[in-house]
Amino acid sequence: MFKIIHAEFLAPGIKRFVIEAPRIARKQKPGQFVILRIYEEGERIPVTIENSDPERSTISIVVQAAGKTTHLLNSLETGDAILDVVGPLGKPSEIRKYGTVVVVGGGVGTAMAYPTAAALKQAGNRVLSIVGARNQELVILEKEMRAVSDAVMITTDDGSYADKGFVTDKLRQLIENGTRIDLVIAVGPIVMMKAVAEMTRKENIHTVVSLNPIMIDGTGMCGGCRVLIDGKSEFACVDGPEFDAHKVDFSVLVQRNTMYRDAEQRSLAEYRHSKSAEAGKCAVTAPQGAQA
Amino acid sequence: MSPTATKSKNPVSPKDRMKIPRQLMPEQPAEERAHNFEEVNLGYSAELAQQEAKRCLECAKPTCTDNCPVGIDVKKFVELIVAGDFLGAAAKIREANVLPAITGRVCPQEDQCEGKCLLSKKVKPLGIGYLERFVADYEQKMGIHVVPNVAPTGKRVAVVGSGPSGLTVAGDLIQKGHKVRVFEALHEIGGVLVYGIPEFRLPKQIVREQIDYMREMGVEFETDVVVGRTVTIDELLEEEGYDAVFIGTGAGLPQFLNIAGEHLNGVYSANEFLTRINLMKAYKFPVYDEPMLDLKGRDVAVIGGGNTALDAIRSALRLGARKAYVIYRRSDAEMPARAEEVHHARQEGIDFQMLTAPIEFLSDGKGWLTAARCVRMELGEPDASGRRRPVPIQGSEFDLPLSVAVIAIGTSANPIVQSTTPGLVTNRKGYIQASEETQRTTRKGVFAGGDIVTGSATVILAMGAGRRAANSIHEYLTTGAW
Repeated sequence: MFKIIHAEFLAPGIKRFVIEAPRIARKQKPGQFVILRIYEEGERIPVTIENSDPERSTISIVVQAAGKTTHLLNSLETGDAILDVVGPLGKPSEIRKYGTVVVVGGGVGTAMAYPTAAALKQAGNRVLSIVGARNQELVILEKEMRAVSDAVMITTDDGSYADKGFVTDKLRQLIENGTRIDLVIAVGPIVMMKAVAEMTRKENIHTVVSLNPIMIDGTGMCGGCRVLIDGKSEFACVDGPEFDAHKVDFSVLVQRNTMYRDAEQRSLAEYRHSKSAEAGKCAVTAPQGAQA
Repeated sequence: MSPTATKSKNPVSPKDRMKIPRQLMPEQPAEERAHNFEEVNLGYSAELAQQEAKRCLECAKPTCTDNCPVGIDVKKFVELIVAGDFLGAAAKIREANVLPAITGRVCPQEDQCEGKCLLSKKVKPLGIGYLERFVADYEQKMGIHVVPNVAPTGKRVAVVGSGPSGLTVAGDLIQKGHKVRVFEALHEIGGVLVYGIPEFRLPKQIVREQIDYMREMGVEFETDVVVGRTVTIDELLEEEGYDAVFIGTGAGLPQFLNIAGEHLNGVYSANEFLTRINLMKAYKFPVYDEPMLDLKGRDVAVIGGGNTALDAIRSALRLGARKAYVIYRRSDAEMPARAEEVHHARQEGIDFQMLTAPIEFLSDGKGWLTAARCVRMELGEPDASGRRRPVPIQGSEFDLPLSVAVIAIGTSANPIVQSTTPGLVTNRKGYIQASEETQRTTRKGVFAGGDIVTGSATVILAMGAGRRAANSIHEYLTTGAW
């Protein structure tokens, strides 16, 4: 059991959890993730680690409610516990001095881009960050990103905050202004990462993306997270999760992530139904210590 | 009367023993079991077990024991069954094997103890596996667990991986007075015994009982630890104070065919397919949250001819597959799966497409598998494995309609421990180099065994390696000599 030391919403549907996990806290490096399982009948899902504090033996994760498991997770509060948390998994981000690095975070991906941006800054890079969200409410970690970046550009799809548009608009501006860019790191929705990759490919700018395929064990055993990289199968859990964006076959990634769409929708619908049917008590098979 | 028979407790004369037929294992009818996950074999009754045990010729030099990777004293435990001392028989087996209820179910006895049984020269061999299973289940049913009472040595051993080799090391060393802690990457203890082998061949309850027994003996378990990531071998030795480490991380990464269409939705590795079913209970969706593709009324094929392939396709059948094929590129004779499993699979209606290989997976244009384009093969000259090499027959291509294909063609070494442990030498294929006698690696105090040393093999071979490792770890801990 892994105790939740602190839980808070960063934005509607986006929650940060500080979890007691001494072993993981000691070893975590930017770019790595954990796999968690909330309760006995639960599925295993990968979640990127936002930060860790070895002194306090804690890690933090940021979760956006999308399916049943993430909705359930976001119903947990300070003092609750998660049954299984395993990690840190995956290869860490390659942190060294590149020169100027553009870090692109889309939506909840900003939480995953943040530790990498911080580490790159500390390694002596000039860090230009682009943060995108659907609207003002969903812009997260702005303060944190500003603290580790030389400049932060923000876009919202609807223009409710900062500049209206997409992260790629800002990236294009940087390129058109003749900014020398040595590396782009993009973390966010697949469509965003793909758009960034297509833009930088033409400019020959080395670009890294963090992929999020379906996973079970996270140690290379199941092969479910295989992605097509430069025409070859690689496992995101052990060979990634970060890959050269220009070698990733994004369409295969999108297609494989739809494999269980029907089941996921059914799960979520049943979860919502049980939540709305309940009157003050949790009707879902209760996670250990879950709050109603 | 022969000298052995004078001391024998067996009332049947050696000559008449040959006349007793091998007692059949009661099993669930094929048509019923093809639709459930209950165990296929139901186990001997005490009467059947004693009748079978009486067939033992009590050889002066038993070849069965010589051919057992853990060296079980077969003659002795069978004699105890004849005498009606079933608990004594279980204790006798436990001297060599800490997981008898498991090996009694999944060992390839026909290649080992039973393969060399003297009876098999004239009649069918003694049912050693069935007898082992009988006494292990009897012991469990009686609920009598003998917890060793040994003086603690003060030494601590870390075991990496809770599969067959790791459990054997843990069970052996705890009985020698060492403290043992087993680290497991997944959330459940048992390794391949829980994620790989299906319920109908090895009920998970049996595995849990054996593990609970080990807990009673004092073995500690820690789940959710990926050694190499969560903690390294060096940290276990230097910071956590372990005196020795055993690496038994298992077979590792699934291999794929590297043919077009392998990324289509509907194409699984056997490891993923079986893990979803066995570990994650995806077939109980939505009671369990992990999903899998619905197989009801669908056509499913497994590619490969080993036990894992049969486990996968027989699971698919139980989940309602309309057609369930095994596609294997060689012939029956070369199939690595156990004879009993092949027999059971045929009884259940699995369609074996032998001398056949897929060359491409076809899609509906939207990313979903619709068929496997296959080619028929013929056998040519023997290859490096000594088996005749399959050669495609020109113009024999055909399309086999499929909704789900499961690739079960083997695994390659998982690199996580090796790549994070300086000085640990691996072979050309990435498996850990370890002495065949002592299981010592190139790092002092670090031992390895099972599939991570040999590549994919069997539960009992991993247990044999675990046994050798436990003996040499004990020697190392008591003498300090390397």
